[in-house]
Amino acid sequence: MSAGQPGATAGNVLSVENLKIVYKMPRRGRSKQESLTAVNGVSLSVPRGQTVGLVGESGCGKTTLVRAILRLEVASEGRIVLDGEDITGLSNRQMRRRRPKVQVVFQDPYSSLDPRMTVHEIVAEPLRVHRRYSAHRVDELLDSVGVNPDVGKRRAATFSGGQQQRIAIARALALRPQLLILDEPVSALDVSIRAQVVNVLAQLQRELALSYLFIAHDLSVVHHMSQHVAVMYFGKIVESGTCEQIFGSPQHPYTKLLLSSIPVPDPDGREARRAVSHGEMPDPMRPPAGCAFRRRCPYAQEVCGAQAPPLEEHGDSGHLAACWVAGGAH
Amino acid sequence: MSNHSEPLLCVSDLVVEFDTPAGPARAVDGMALTVHPHELLCIVGESGSGKSVTMLATMGLLPATARITAGQIRYKNRELSSLPAGEMRRLRGRELAMIFQDPMTSLNPTIRIGKQVGEIITLHEPKASKADVKRRVIDLLSQVNIPRPEYRYSAFPHQFSGGMRQRAMIAMAMAHAPALLIADEPTTALDVTIQAQILEVLRQMRERTGSAMVLITHDLGVVAETADRVVVMYSGRAMETGTVQEIFHDPQHPYTIGLLAGLLDMSGTGKTAYTIPGQPPALTRRPSGCPFHPRCALHQGRDICRTTTPVLADSPSGRAACHFANETAAWAAEKFPHIRRGPSGRASQ
Repeated sequence: MSAGQPGATAGNVLSVENLKIVYKMPRRGRSKQESLTAVNGVSLSVPRGQTVGLVGESGCGKTTLVRAILRLEVASEGRIVLDGEDITGLSNRQMRRRRPKVQVVFQDPYSSLDPRMTVHEIVAEPLRVHRRYSAHRVDELLDSVGVNPDVGKRRAATFSGGQQQRIAIARALALRPQLLILDEPVSALDVSIRAQVVNVLAQLQRELALSYLFIAHDLSVVHHMSQHVAVMYFGKIVESGTCEQIFGSPQHPYTKLLLSSIPVPDPDGREARRAVSHGEMPDPMRPPAGCAFRRRCPYAQEVCGAQAPPLEEHGDSGHLAACWVAGGAH
Repeated sequence: MSNHSEPLLCVSDLVVEFDTPAGPARAVDGMALTVHPHELLCIVGESGSGKSVTMLATMGLLPATARITAGQIRYKNRELSSLPAGEMRRLRGRELAMIFQDPMTSLNPTIRIGKQVGEIITLHEPKASKADVKRRVIDLLSQVNIPRPEYRYSAFPHQFSGGMRQRAMIAMAMAHAPALLIADEPTTALDVTIQAQILEVLRQMRERTGSAMVLITHDLGVVAETADRVVVMYSGRAMETGTVQEIFHDPQHPYTIGLLAGLLDMSGTGKTAYTIPGQPPALTRRPSGCPFHPRCALHQGRDICRTTTPVLADSPSGRAACHFANETAAWAAEKFPHIRRGPSGRASQ
């Protein structure tokens, strides 16, 4: 993350500042109102033309954060600044004019493409909504993601998963966005197809100077795609830094656990690698006091249960971690 | 793993066809594999390659639209493909067990976990007493590391996380210490830290029971971490088979080499990843000869790849179904120098 660097805002296509999203739970009988904090004070920025990888397990709040950036969720606290403009309080009508700036590609192309529409119509739809339609532009978009424009008359459902994801990317690019949010864009694809889509994304970024917020639980894909990485756990960023910092010298015990859990595609030395954690993420209805990771953490101390650790610089400049014991004995 | 022991399961020349409006589609087209007692065999392949259908056929769980049209499935000394349904039912759950990708769809949402796990015990041991069944269920739940098993015994599946549900499925599958456990993508829906936990539970349970296991996966990392032996499937057939060391350090089929070359390793931010060109063929439009030849960088238009379907036994080592298996090593060394060959030591992480 480049937050904290001088002139950071000017160079960022997106900055999220101290964002909180709290859901009020339905009341049961006369019990008191309960609430669930899905995103708990997240700050994050995406520099222009670069890729920020956001990793974390299911339920950590990554998708809620994405939905808030797209203004599909209402922020309870904090700000979202898109292209230099605070969009947190904009009305839906005001927001509509800003939507071309940020577009999204979801995990499962099969459910994000209308099976009854032709490929051409799917890519044309955002252009029509914003009155920018031309058949030539649709063909150009399909061509840019490696789909032959001649297939425009076929329906999306007749394509393989990899082709469908390319069509979803073409649609997301139609309005020339500055920021593309990629929410697990290759997780549903087969290995040999995954690399094809990753290459298409990398090529488009070079050609169009796009910025990516890349959400994934597959760390090898994040490593491949990103310049910056943020690790999220239980609604908070627990560590962030450059790709080299996170993968080369992880500071937070949770990041270390994530990295050591990735299966290594080499059978040599696998017995030595076997280190397994216990436990799962806490129940969000009953958040623990102090650090949310401490019950799974091999280094937890008394202070960890008393107070939540702040996100502070550890080691190199710009390398942040929220841990009382990071950089210490372990 | 020892290859001298009698195989536990031997699938040969298996063909499974599905009825479709467009005519029969061959999901499995001449598949062969062998599982020895106690070993862990990984089947790797992309979706639609026939890995799940092969194992569903073994379990006698093919859907009504599918049938076995050729080949044998031998388990110990019995032919499973022609076994009467009643006898198959006695084997299933007792000697052969299976777990699936999504435990929520395998569990009944209206029945408490303890009762569901208990059913598997009483099904094969109708005389077991209630108290005995409950004690054994709680013991099984604790073996798969479900915390507070006495309390979780009366929980419903929706009160479990995805990882806990998969643990409950493993408890059911291992209740009778089966000789063969088939796990179809058991960790694909789970987070990476939970995946590591589940793979460890499977390892511990098999250590206890001595069960052999067939693990279906598309993740080469999981293969490298777990397998004794590997079968690589493509378009309904076995393309390559070997020990896990052979597959990763001496791959002989161009498809296996393509898969390994396309792995996004942790050293190459921003580099272009290698990709096998094209797409896997549709079941109804399988190419003639070698099903991989239209995507193969080694065949270079040679006729035999188009006209003759290679079998594993054709290659000098008997490991790769490729007419030019003797050329792949030199070709791969030149084209993909980053695939480490040979058994030299690897720096640990």
